[in-house]
Amino acid sequence: MEIPYTYKARPDTGLYNAKVGIWLFLASEIMLFGALFSSYILLRVQAPDGVWPEMRLGWPHGLLNIPIGTFNTVVLISSSVTVVMAWASLKMGKIAAFRRYMILTLMCAFGFLGVKSYDYNEKFTHYELRLKNGEVHTGHLEVNGKHPGFWSFADIWNLDRLTKEKVAEVQFTADPPKPKAGEAHAAEAGHEHVAKAIKRDEISRLEAFIPRNHNFFAIYFTITALHGLHVFVGALVMAYFAFPGSRMWRTNPEQFTNRIEVVGLFWHFVDLVWIFLFPVVYLL
Amino acid sequence: MSLKAFHVVFLAASIMLMLILSGWCFSNYRDGGTTQDLVWSGVALASAVGLVVYTRYFLKKLRHISYL
Repeated sequence: MEIPYTYKARPDTGLYNAKVGIWLFLASEIMLFGALFSSYILLRVQAPDGVWPEMRLGWPHGLLNIPIGTFNTVVLISSSVTVVMAWASLKMGKIAAFRRYMILTLMCAFGFLGVKSYDYNEKFTHYELRLKNGEVHTGHLEVNGKHPGFWSFADIWNLDRLTKEKVAEVQFTADPPKPKAGEAHAAEAGHEHVAKAIKRDEISRLEAFIPRNHNFFAIYFTITALHGLHVFVGALVMAYFAFPGSRMWRTNPEQFTNRIEVVGLFWHFVDLVWIFLFPVVYLL
Repeated sequence: MSLKAFHVVFLAASIMLMLILSGWCFSNYRDGGTTQDLVWSGVALASAVGLVVYTRYFLKKLRHISYL
């Protein structure tokens, strides 16, 4: 027996099975991301007054790279346009145009992931340093004359590891203070960007910008990594349909067009999550 | 809801985001920011207008496709 409405719409609802299925799936995704967004907001409103790192449990501000986040927002908005154009091309029977738009969408997806991994690496190589004399700094660390590699978790240090590996001294390049009103760059105010030797015994806390450092990093990495995983999976599915999966166009063009619509709905959901994520995490 | 309808919802959210971004950059400029903040505010506003124009084009181009 053949399953009805696999690609033909049901006359009474006007929907085919896969469209009902993807919307049920997206409803569960809304609950997943909704829970994480709620967690972010609760953690933020319950954080004590004061700004991190001066106040240990205060909420960090200005740590995320807004130009990079804005660039990625533009990339995802563009990818939504190209995926819709790919679907519209199929509706008009233009398979070559479909493939071109899908390739553009894939470039946007992998471009987003590439920029995001640069953004992550920037966090993994950034440190919070507290000294026993009460001074607090953020900046970059150099241990045994070695600069951290790209996404190299082996290069992530903390005080326990320094003690365990008997590192007596580290080089620390503190971030310049934020420019004041009217200063285009910290250099204008005479802040130099030079490495300073710090003895291990002077350090009371050393931690990279990684999830265990602070609630902010924990929720930031959880939400953005889960979102990134969705981007990656969506890109894999689109790559399949753009190349080997597009053979179905010759045997059943209507079902193939519906599949692209379903993929497009998922992709729009992923992009919509970012549209909410960007202002909440980067701007507010 | 078809991809066409969801795309329109997505564009509405994107337009809102661009307006928020424009306002955010402008408030930074007003609070003693640099000319760069003002330029970015203008760019975000222009992007919002660009998205409105695109939405109109999109709706015209896909008028024969159902919202369901």
